[in-house]
Amino acid sequence: MSIFLDKNSRVIVQGITGAEGSYHAARMVKYGTNLVGGVTPGKGGQATPQGLPVFDTVKAAVEATGATHTCIFVPPPFAADALYEAYEAGITFAVCITEGVPVHDTLKVVGTTAGMRIIGPNCPGLISPGKALVGIMPGHIFKEGDVGVMSRSGTLTYEVVDLLTRAGFGQSTCVGVGGDPIIGTTFVECLREFKNDPQTGALVLCGEIGGSDEEDAAAFIAEHLPEMPVVAFVGGRNAPPGKSLGHAGAIISGNFGTPQSKIAAFRSAGVPVADRPSDIPRLLAERLAVRA
Amino acid sequence: MNLMEYQGKELFKRAGIAVPRGEHALNPDAVARFIEKNPGEWVVKAQVLMGGRGKAGKIKMAGDAAQGRRVAEDILATPMPPNRQNPAGEPIKSLLVEEKLEIAKEAYCAVAIDRAARKPVFIVSRYGGMDIEEVSEHHPESIVKFPVETAIGYSPFIGRELAFAAQLDPGFRKQFPAIAGALYDLFFRYGAKLVEINPLALTADGRVIASDAKVELDDDALFKNPEFAQWHSVLPLDGDETLAAQAGVGIRNFRRFPGDVGTLANGAGLAMATMDAVSNAGGRIADFLDVGGGANAQRVRNCYELVVNNTGATVFFINIFGGITRGDEVARGVVEAMRETTSRKIPLVIRLTGTNEEEGRRILADAGMTPVETMDEGASEAVRIAREMRG
Repeated sequence: MSIFLDKNSRVIVQGITGAEGSYHAARMVKYGTNLVGGVTPGKGGQATPQGLPVFDTVKAAVEATGATHTCIFVPPPFAADALYEAYEAGITFAVCITEGVPVHDTLKVVGTTAGMRIIGPNCPGLISPGKALVGIMPGHIFKEGDVGVMSRSGTLTYEVVDLLTRAGFGQSTCVGVGGDPIIGTTFVECLREFKNDPQTGALVLCGEIGGSDEEDAAAFIAEHLPEMPVVAFVGGRNAPPGKSLGHAGAIISGNFGTPQSKIAAFRSAGVPVADRPSDIPRLLAERLAVRA
Repeated sequence: MNLMEYQGKELFKRAGIAVPRGEHALNPDAVARFIEKNPGEWVVKAQVLMGGRGKAGKIKMAGDAAQGRRVAEDILATPMPPNRQNPAGEPIKSLLVEEKLEIAKEAYCAVAIDRAARKPVFIVSRYGGMDIEEVSEHHPESIVKFPVETAIGYSPFIGRELAFAAQLDPGFRKQFPAIAGALYDLFFRYGAKLVEINPLALTADGRVIASDAKVELDDDALFKNPEFAQWHSVLPLDGDETLAAQAGVGIRNFRRFPGDVGTLANGAGLAMATMDAVSNAGGRIADFLDVGGGANAQRVRNCYELVVNNTGATVFFINIFGGITRGDEVARGVVEAMRETTSRKIPLVIRLTGTNEEEGRRILADAGMTPVETMDEGASEAVRIAREMRG
């Protein structure tokens, strides 16, 4: 198994003839992703260098290929439109790589597309190692295994995965949930899926300061996954203090959002928090030993 | 992008929210002329992004044109004084002249983004005229929230419910649902991350007026409203931000610290982890620096010069997780940058991964640099060199 994505998932790329889209489509094919085509309005009927069919609309792509998954590489002003087009065409899983999507567009899309899972925007995508890669992650650092990984950061995720792989911990699925204030899929939603995945036997969660995703995840773990070995990392503990004009956003989540609050939440849920990424494999091994 | 009060009020007017009568003035002459034509009691307010205008003496009353000119000159004579968040203060470039309201009650109303609920959220309190953080501390029970279902949008019952739940003075009730609706509309139409009325004033004669306006627009949505480009104003950059901008990295991507180990990484998460790694190895960091995407020769050179010329770094730890980037290309970029720079030379420790990483490390070693495989290894090596340099 794995979550969200496996070797049978039929994937299209929206924006497949653009610079980013074509480059990463080629990498996804090389990794083994079941990429069945792509969409670029006005270029329907053409084919990519890998021989994949290009369609004018998502609807046409879905009708011809039976695609269920899409990976979106379109400029920020068109991201919401691309997501709605995917939704209307019956796509059930959309990864939005685009950085710089207006937050109101994301608010509207996530509030009006029930039934379609969205990862991102502003994310590196996801990978079920050995099965499929959707997004821009460097496939070669991953290894198939039983550790589920979820993260808000890009390069830090690669760092953590690299350490896990070198320590012999393969991964079931790694999800880069994205760095925007509003994202389609939070840690808690990933946890719900990992909970029901027979391949996943342990979890690593790479959080970051800001928002309350980590606190919510800790509460979910305490309630629903008390037996699961989980290790967390919270980035930005020495974050440079940014300028702030001080506004209402800060009080929405109360005292949540600080590194202290996140670390305390994980600890009270019985989740060890690594001081540095290189401690993660050791802590994971300890948690697994405790369970055994 | 944060708007000044007069700009926020311009948006309020367009949305149909009542604001005090008044005029935006660029100099004391304009203030005097306006009061001359409109006799009465007026308030003259500095237009700045910083808070704390009242305490800084940047809001003053004027009863006639001569007094209006005097207080305007007085306000414009000195910039906003620095505070902890804005150590450079802020120059004052314009003023807002407004009618003096006879205020009976003050309340608070804002629309912001609730990250956890993934919805726009109303925040209302019967306490207005002070920082909402302060209200949250002293009267937390007074703060009422309502996350709006985006698929449905605003409906007047939301305003009614909020007014009752927040126990707003009955004088607000009739007008509040329309004001809340206009605020919600404005939030979406102009792509705001925050719209805040504080205080929302109930006047002695029963009018409900937005006495102040705070609007933060989403920079990512500015392309939808190009007219706002002319409103763009920023607080003066501090020293680190100015240096970052000159080096061509984001203004938030660079921060100096008092130590001697310079650091650079690609990606904010990795850059923060790099700082932690140096601290964990017993070293003292000289800076935080996120080079962003693409570590090409020019960028690496700019960043190297940024750090050696402006911090106490005696060693520079470069931590690049290449991922799909080619390690040999990054290595050639670093070597080229070092050959071309005219700044003082300090030892380099470079952690490099990615496609062709072995070749990359060979190129670096051949050029006399110290390539390492892991972040912790690089941090330890950099800290060791820094100790040696201290003697």
